Amino acid sequence: MSLEISSKVIEPIRQTYDQVARHIGEGKPASRYQEATIGLQPTTNFHYRPLWDPEHEVYDESRTAIVMKNWYDFKDPRQFYYGTYTIARAKQQEVAESNYAFVEKRDLLESISHEVRQKVRDYLVPLRHVEWGANMNNCAITDFGYGTAITQVTMFNTIDRLGLAQYISRIGLMVDGNETTSLESAKEAWLNNELWQGLRHAVEDTFVLDDWFEIMVAQNIVMDGLIYPLMFERFIDELSHEGGATFAMLTEFMTDWYAETIRWTNALIKVTASESDANIKLLSEWTIKWSDRLTEALMPIGKAAFAGDGDVAVNEVKQQLLERLSKQGLDL
Amino acid sequence: MAVKKKLNMRKRYEVLTRGMGWDTTYQPMDKVFPYDKFEGIKIKDWSGWEDPFRLTVDSYWKYQAEKEKKLYAIIDSFAQNNGHLNVSDGRYVNALKLFIQGVTPLEYGAHRHYAHLGRHFRGEGTRVACQMQSIDELRHCQTQLHTLSHYNKHFNGMHDPFHMFDRVWYLSVPKSYFEDAMTAGPFEFITSISFSFEYVLTNLLFVPFMSGAAYNGDMATVTFGFSAQSDEARHMTLGLEIIKFMVEQHEDNLPIIQGYIDKHFWRAYRVLALIAMMQDYMLPNSPMSWNEAWQIYYVENMGALFNDLSRYGLRMPKYSDVATAEAEHLSHQTWSDFYNFTHAASFHTWMPDDRKMDWLSEKYPNTFDKHYRPRFEQWREMEKAGERHYFKGLPQLCQTCQIPMFFTEVMSDPMKISRRVSMYKGDRYHTCSDGCKDIFENEPEKFIQAWLPVHQIFQGNCGGADLSDVLKYYHLNEGEDNMEYVGSPDHKRWQEWKGEDKQDETATG
Repeated sequence: MSLEISSKVIEPIRQTYDQVARHIGEGKPASRYQEATIGLQPTTNFHYRPLWDPEHEVYDESRTAIVMKNWYDFKDPRQFYYGTYTIARAKQQEVAESNYAFVEKRDLLESISHEVRQKVRDYLVPLRHVEWGANMNNCAITDFGYGTAITQVTMFNTIDRLGLAQYISRIGLMVDGNETTSLESAKEAWLNNELWQGLRHAVEDTFVLDDWFEIMVAQNIVMDGLIYPLMFERFIDELSHEGGATFAMLTEFMTDWYAETIRWTNALIKVTASESDANIKLLSEWTIKWSDRLTEALMPIGKAAFAGDGDVAVNEVKQQLLERLSKQGLDL
Repeated sequence: MAVKKKLNMRKRYEVLTRGMGWDTTYQPMDKVFPYDKFEGIKIKDWSGWEDPFRLTVDSYWKYQAEKEKKLYAIIDSFAQNNGHLNVSDGRYVNALKLFIQGVTPLEYGAHRHYAHLGRHFRGEGTRVACQMQSIDELRHCQTQLHTLSHYNKHFNGMHDPFHMFDRVWYLSVPKSYFEDAMTAGPFEFITSISFSFEYVLTNLLFVPFMSGAAYNGDMATVTFGFSAQSDEARHMTLGLEIIKFMVEQHEDNLPIIQGYIDKHFWRAYRVLALIAMMQDYMLPNSPMSWNEAWQIYYVENMGALFNDLSRYGLRMPKYSDVATAEAEHLSHQTWSDFYNFTHAASFHTWMPDDRKMDWLSEKYPNTFDKHYRPRFEQWREMEKAGERHYFKGLPQLCQTCQIPMFFTEVMSDPMKISRRVSMYKGDRYHTCSDGCKDIFENEPEKFIQAWLPVHQIFQGNCGGADLSDVLKYYHLNEGEDNMEYVGSPDHKRWQEWKGEDKQDETATG
């Protein structure tokens, strides 16, 4: 039995803001996600051309070759706006914090072999620089992208990538008893070790791309689509077999984050591709260009990190990525 | 067991935020960061930047999520309990209309453009600080939309704020100010928004709205205000930090920064004319007058700030004296103008009642009875005689701030309209003040581009030649969103909810 509390019923004169109603249909109640997303970005009557880029308006659809009739056709399957985003991440960080605290309290890294710890220093810790690059690239999309449905997600992604870089840095600190030696050697490797130069070169090339949607494909679709399965799944699995299962605990945040984020990137590609053949062509070209380039860049890292079958691992993750993207409508 | 080193908070923060970036070698740094040199600001050492926030991402998520949970609990309960019935008077909601049309879109613009800085400043620490502000501004935009969503379901005028922001004449005032900053270089933007707006003038924006909400029973908006306060405190710190950083980096920076402060103080101050009128006229219960707020938050507090900053060679913004002289006139002149043009505005106006008139006389002893009360009493008489008037023509707008040319010569003759004229490439441009004239003449190529709403109407770019056509272009529902408050659909609904007698119609404000 439920209590019937009587309260004054006041009929609303409308259900939501017009910019939302135009999109979802008149007279329908809107979700918080919809009210926080649809139609927020100015679209017209801009006053002045940017001094730093007079070719474009402040917000300008022509900053990408991708064409959409409606930039609010994109939906984040997670329905993240600021509130739901921070609350979701706060929960995840609580789990991560307790994992990190547990590992420290029990000195779990002490029992792991020198070899495994060295592998973490050599192949995992330098990825903090890759995350830093991802932070810059997502911030660039938030800056130049079109429509809140995309740019708010890349904003959250910008902060996520900084957070991920910080978690990787903490692992680097933990393997060295809070000394910064592995962070320093990882940076040295990132800057000068031959192994990492192909990847660094590719990352730096993404910094100067003109088309923000190509940055999206290069970074969030292809680079993440190769590095996360390769390093945070396969490489960590391999460490676990060698007695380093603790690192699986310390990278749980990363694997959970990737599994969650991939739902958004899949939806993004699907909607963009279903808009037009021209979009499919562009997305497919970018995917092939960057997956070839990045596979080659990752090959020496894979070969060094995996005992014996690194090239197989790199090629397999590439194959899986291309298959997944084909399912979203790309022509690969 | 190996002895583990303890990292103190500061060192830990440094390790987790610095050293992740690197000087690119496969691409030139000037191509990776193409926008941070053209203004002529010289940065010798980006690592001299001290982070004001010092928050790692995990703590940020944690603190902000707690704040969000509390805020949304209040918003939910406000909607469930029809909290809008508890506000002091239906007139109060017009302040919220102005807020969602004129302020919420600015939060959005700040979000997007701090992302521009968060990507394009060369210094790692500065970038992270801007990214944090960028996501905070998105928060403010979205929480404002959610807070005001319930009001939108029960009142007119706030149903299409973003569409209106891009089109409606008076909203081109905040829009052009923000776009002025966004289209400038990154150092000018951060001086404008982080310093002139968020630091120097922030209390003059937020106190009227948030204290106004508290004084008028608006639980939802007050809660939003409190929730945003700790974010704003961080943003203010950033504003001060960036000014000191730029000036300390190189002596050549000082005159550039002082120029930015002068320009953007005046630009932001002109936007606040809308706030002054809201504070003195739209709030049925006013926590303080515009003039009082100006004396405390500007004359006293900012006077002290610039005393501190004088050791860096910085001085008070140019034309501070004009703004202070104007403080006794600003709200009355602005309200008069909107009273005359409410037929083209997406909120209501009305004449103050006796209680409000007396309050204004008390708060403005030098000006109200002398210049404005007689005018308002006459207009009230006309209303009673059924002759509530609206101005039929279109006003001339200032080329810089885009406010109709109604400001007066407050330093010499407060009843004389202040007009300035500049010639540029054979054309004549009108501005409302020395402040706006200087800004125009320093960057004529920029300001001749202005999308002036009145010019645009005359050029046929706003739906047509009739008022009705223009209102349709604005998505402004005629007879609902606009005109006099008394007798409006909002007023009628308010009376039904409150069971007020229809006789009340003449008792205004």
